[in-house]
Amino acid sequence: MIKAISNLGSYAIETIEQTGRTFNLLLIIAWKMFLPPYQIFPIIKQIYFIGARSLTVIIISGGTIGMVLGLQFYNTLERFGSVSVLGSAVALSIIRELGPVMTALMVVGRAGSAICAELGIMRISEQVDALECMAIPPDKYLVAPKLIAGIVSVPLLNFVFNVVAIGGGYFVGVIMLGVSEGSYVNGMIDSVVWGDVRLGMVKSIIFGMLITLICCAKGFYLHLSRYGSQGAEGVSRATTDAVVISSISVLFFDFLIGALMS
Amino acid sequence: METANAIEIRDLDVDYGSRRILSDINIDIRQGEIMVIMGGSGSGKSTLLRCILGLKKPSAGHINMLGTDICHTSNKKLYALREQMGVAFQGGALFTSMTVAENIQLPLREHTNLDENTIQIMTRIKLDMVNMLPHENLMPSELSGGMKKRAALARAIIMDPKLLFFDEPSAGLDPITSAELDELIVMLKESMKMTIVVVTHELESVFAIADRIAILGEGRLVQVGTPEEIKSSTDERVTGLLNRIPRENNVDKDVHIERLTRDKEQ
Repeated sequence: MIKAISNLGSYAIETIEQTGRTFNLLLIIAWKMFLPPYQIFPIIKQIYFIGARSLTVIIISGGTIGMVLGLQFYNTLERFGSVSVLGSAVALSIIRELGPVMTALMVVGRAGSAICAELGIMRISEQVDALECMAIPPDKYLVAPKLIAGIVSVPLLNFVFNVVAIGGGYFVGVIMLGVSEGSYVNGMIDSVVWGDVRLGMVKSIIFGMLITLICCAKGFYLHLSRYGSQGAEGVSRATTDAVVISSISVLFFDFLIGALMS
Repeated sequence: METANAIEIRDLDVDYGSRRILSDINIDIRQGEIMVIMGGSGSGKSTLLRCILGLKKPSAGHINMLGTDICHTSNKKLYALREQMGVAFQGGALFTSMTVAENIQLPLREHTNLDENTIQIMTRIKLDMVNMLPHENLMPSELSGGMKKRAALARAIIMDPKLLFFDEPSAGLDPITSAELDELIVMLKESMKMTIVVVTHELESVFAIADRIAILGEGRLVQVGTPEEIKSSTDERVTGLLNRIPRENNVDKDVHIERLTRDKEQ
């Protein structure tokens, strides 16, 4: 019993320390990224890795989710005789909620885990120490390009997701189930306002920063965690934790941003 | 203020949590010499190297490197000092996403405004010094252990540093490659007038390269001296290390049984 309470206390302390280190890393990067030398090519490279190479999974998941939404909303709206608002329902759901959240979750699974593993392995193989000893700040050299790329890429991927998902809903609703094309498109145009788009954009920017920051911090500070000395197993656990914590953070901040901006 | 010593370590204590790793370490490393830091496993030599490199803050004491106390200085000054040093890590620590040449060029690209041709030429000069010129376009995963060490050395010397550090340079190498690396270290000292610090426990290498040797034992400095002084030492910790005499296990019988039978949690 005592040991369980002691372990809980240790876990709580470590969680607070990690949160502090992560926030500290954000502040350091926010300051250093405006100082020369500017990492233009590394940022472009990371945008390619996080953004361009996630396009396939975003398009597939966007199309699938759009089709599922079209189907499920049709089934529900048909009971109330309101299938004409299918376009509005699909578009508003995607743009306000599902687009930013699902895009972030897909990017966490694809790129976030890879980022955490890369930085964790660099840490345990002394590559980060080597950068320090070459007078190259590793937080600016390794983490800043990834963070900036995440903030740029995730909103762009979100736009792609939204378009494909709305298209998926159109495919199911209009082409498969016979909803009027005019009501689908015009309903969408009439109901989606700038505030909805702004909400989606703000969420996707914040999610982009959040998921890359958490994944980078988990890998970068692997040596300071309780399993930092465990080599490959430590990297594996850090990667798992990074994905889980990023995903939960996205869901929590989705609610928070929605509540604050409504 | 610069002295004849490149590095001065005074009253150094280092802890990991509640564990004292190094106690009261005092060493001077003279300019232009090869100082070998040796000791048994767990003696604290890698920790001492990390403190000298500024990667670990000591609990107490001072490390004066080229006139700057690195334990009590700003990050900006520490980084400026690091541009004058090169480090070859035990595993090489090469960046796996870059070729050998790109690894070596990294400090030049980050710290100088040299044109591309000059960078290429300087890279090739250093690769030639370590006999790695034919392999400049290989990735680190395609290199053998010895090749990784030589590539790491080329990267460490690309900026012509005043101070050069090696962490277990011969670890995992065959005797011939190890001897070649020792020759390289001596050549660097003689031709480029570098101050070199080597952490190792490979006895053949130690006496092949060292101007002076510092021996650590259980976190304390046992002795510092020339190879001849070390060889003629009568301290049993030194003679035990040099002659590979296993430590005696003089544990009390009751203590031994208590260790074997106690609960895991204690």
